[in-house]
Amino acid sequence: MRTAMANRLTPYMFMAPAAIIMAIALMYPLGYMVWGSFRDWNPSQTIGEAEFVGLKNYIFLWNDPNFHESLGVTLRFAFFVVTIEMVIGVGLALLLDREIRGISLLRTMFILPMMIAPVVVGLMWRYMYHPTVGTFNRFLDSIGLPRVDWLGDHALTSVIIADIWQWTPFIFILSLAALQSLPRSALEAARIDGATAWQQIIHIKLPLMMPVLIVTALLRLIDAFKVLEVILVMTEGGPGLSTEILALRISRTATEFRELGVAAAMSNYLLILLLLLTVGMFAFNRWQEARAARLNALVEEES
Amino acid sequence: MSTPNTRANPAFYAVIALLVFMSVGPVILMFLNSFKLDVDIISGTSGLIFLPTIQNYEKALCDVLWYEPDHIDFCSLKFGNAFINSLIIALVSTALTLVIGCMAAYALVRFRFMGRDTVSLSTLMVRMVPPAVLLVPVFGLWNNEFCLDRDGLIGGAIRDTFGGRGDVCLAGTHSGIILIYVAMNLPFVIWILQSFIVQVPRSLEEAARVDGAGPFQVFFKVVLPLIKPGLAAAAIFTFRIAWNEYLLASALSDRDTRTVPILIVNNMSEFNVEWGVIMATGMLLAIPPIIFTLLASRQIITGMTAGAVKG
Repeated sequence: MRTAMANRLTPYMFMAPAAIIMAIALMYPLGYMVWGSFRDWNPSQTIGEAEFVGLKNYIFLWNDPNFHESLGVTLRFAFFVVTIEMVIGVGLALLLDREIRGISLLRTMFILPMMIAPVVVGLMWRYMYHPTVGTFNRFLDSIGLPRVDWLGDHALTSVIIADIWQWTPFIFILSLAALQSLPRSALEAARIDGATAWQQIIHIKLPLMMPVLIVTALLRLIDAFKVLEVILVMTEGGPGLSTEILALRISRTATEFRELGVAAAMSNYLLILLLLLTVGMFAFNRWQEARAARLNALVEEES
Repeated sequence: MSTPNTRANPAFYAVIALLVFMSVGPVILMFLNSFKLDVDIISGTSGLIFLPTIQNYEKALCDVLWYEPDHIDFCSLKFGNAFINSLIIALVSTALTLVIGCMAAYALVRFRFMGRDTVSLSTLMVRMVPPAVLLVPVFGLWNNEFCLDRDGLIGGAIRDTFGGRGDVCLAGTHSGIILIYVAMNLPFVIWILQSFIVQVPRSLEEAARVDGAGPFQVFFKVVLPLIKPGLAAAAIFTFRIAWNEYLLASALSDRDTRTVPILIVNNMSEFNVEWGVIMATGMLLAIPPIIFTLLASRQIITGMTAGAVKG
């Protein structure tokens, strides 16, 4: 009797530490933030002392042109980064999908940029973009072209380039893995039927890789909203608001402008946006599984 | 699946060489610059011809050097201190996350229990929360709520011994930063480890149970050794996040518990011109992840594909 009791409690005992820590340090803070977003709250007050102002913070942000600008920058950044990285990453995977000697060494070098601290990545690129001592402008000088004001006029583009440098390998490695696990029989059949390399890619390889590609793109998209340190070090959000993504604006509102309530409301907007994306990803996964199950059932019926 | 003539194609190798150059180039550039004097960096006698110097590193590490280099008048950077803080925080939080996450993942895979679906769904959801969103609540809570009260027994004892403002809060301590890192990394670790634990054959565990092992013994003696590759992958990812994170650490730390990323960002805005020293500190911060990458790239790639593809 007592062993049965102990057995039933086992899963809860295994779960308990994780559940407690996540409840204290993730769930409770998130609830606390929602609560705080309805208050006029500055850092020197405790939340109890802050005045309740209802939806004021949300309405203020809804009409705040700076917030719109930030949101626009964030969406543009995320869109360009994910699109360009997907195109380059998948393209390279298709191009390099053959037997290469020393492939593991190559992969090691490709994942290096992802492992290095974002702060350091920002540092390297800030140096390379530097108007006078930077690598790029020196190179342009030496071949006689005019200099480019990388972190001034073209700040957002420069920031996007740095992110592409850091994260394209992620997509490259994932799509290479997907490509190499494709069923060989389908490709073989296509080649025997005389399909050209292009036809193989468009009609067979890409459709078969699609599930993995979409999950990868969504993961990357969600991560693109988390980028902060690289941009903070490179431009500090400037010049003006041209590279001030939402995450950076939240941290500035909290620390510089000392308006925790507004920052909390802004965090909530960002969270809702991400929640929609996540739900989309989850629904897609379910749909994918259902479709796979249906296809399997069909195949079994036929055989 | 390659035909012989494509393999010999020189253009193909040119593409690969270019890619390697692009991905490693900036790192090597930083490495080289960290051994140059500022004069050399600015004057732009670019290329490989320069006299390497370790002055930048001496300046960065001046608070832990056992000798006093004569080019330093005043040791302003407390890099050594920050490095030790980073090391403590990253190592402790990685160890905690692994143990706790492993147990949770095991329970989620092997047992059917009430609330199992809710737990795994919320784990997935929480994975999407950006650190910036946690900034405000964590700042508020860690400073005001997660405190030992001045009237309480333990808080009073601490105040009597160490002095201070009366109550003792999580903010500004190592454990405060560790707590949030563990919580932040748990969803990811649980997610990755689940896909490894599923592959452990159930019969092995049953055999152990028949031999009279309890659930905890089965877990520690049978399951854990079998999922070592997964543990390695999870450990590297957790360490990387805890080691590299800036935003939350900067909100929670004080002068004594500063980590290296905070130090670098602060320095960046203060002395914009000391490129050599900044590059040296950046290089020191980048070295542990680089070593991991070189030693365990296979595990990293396994973890990456397991996290994205199998999930």
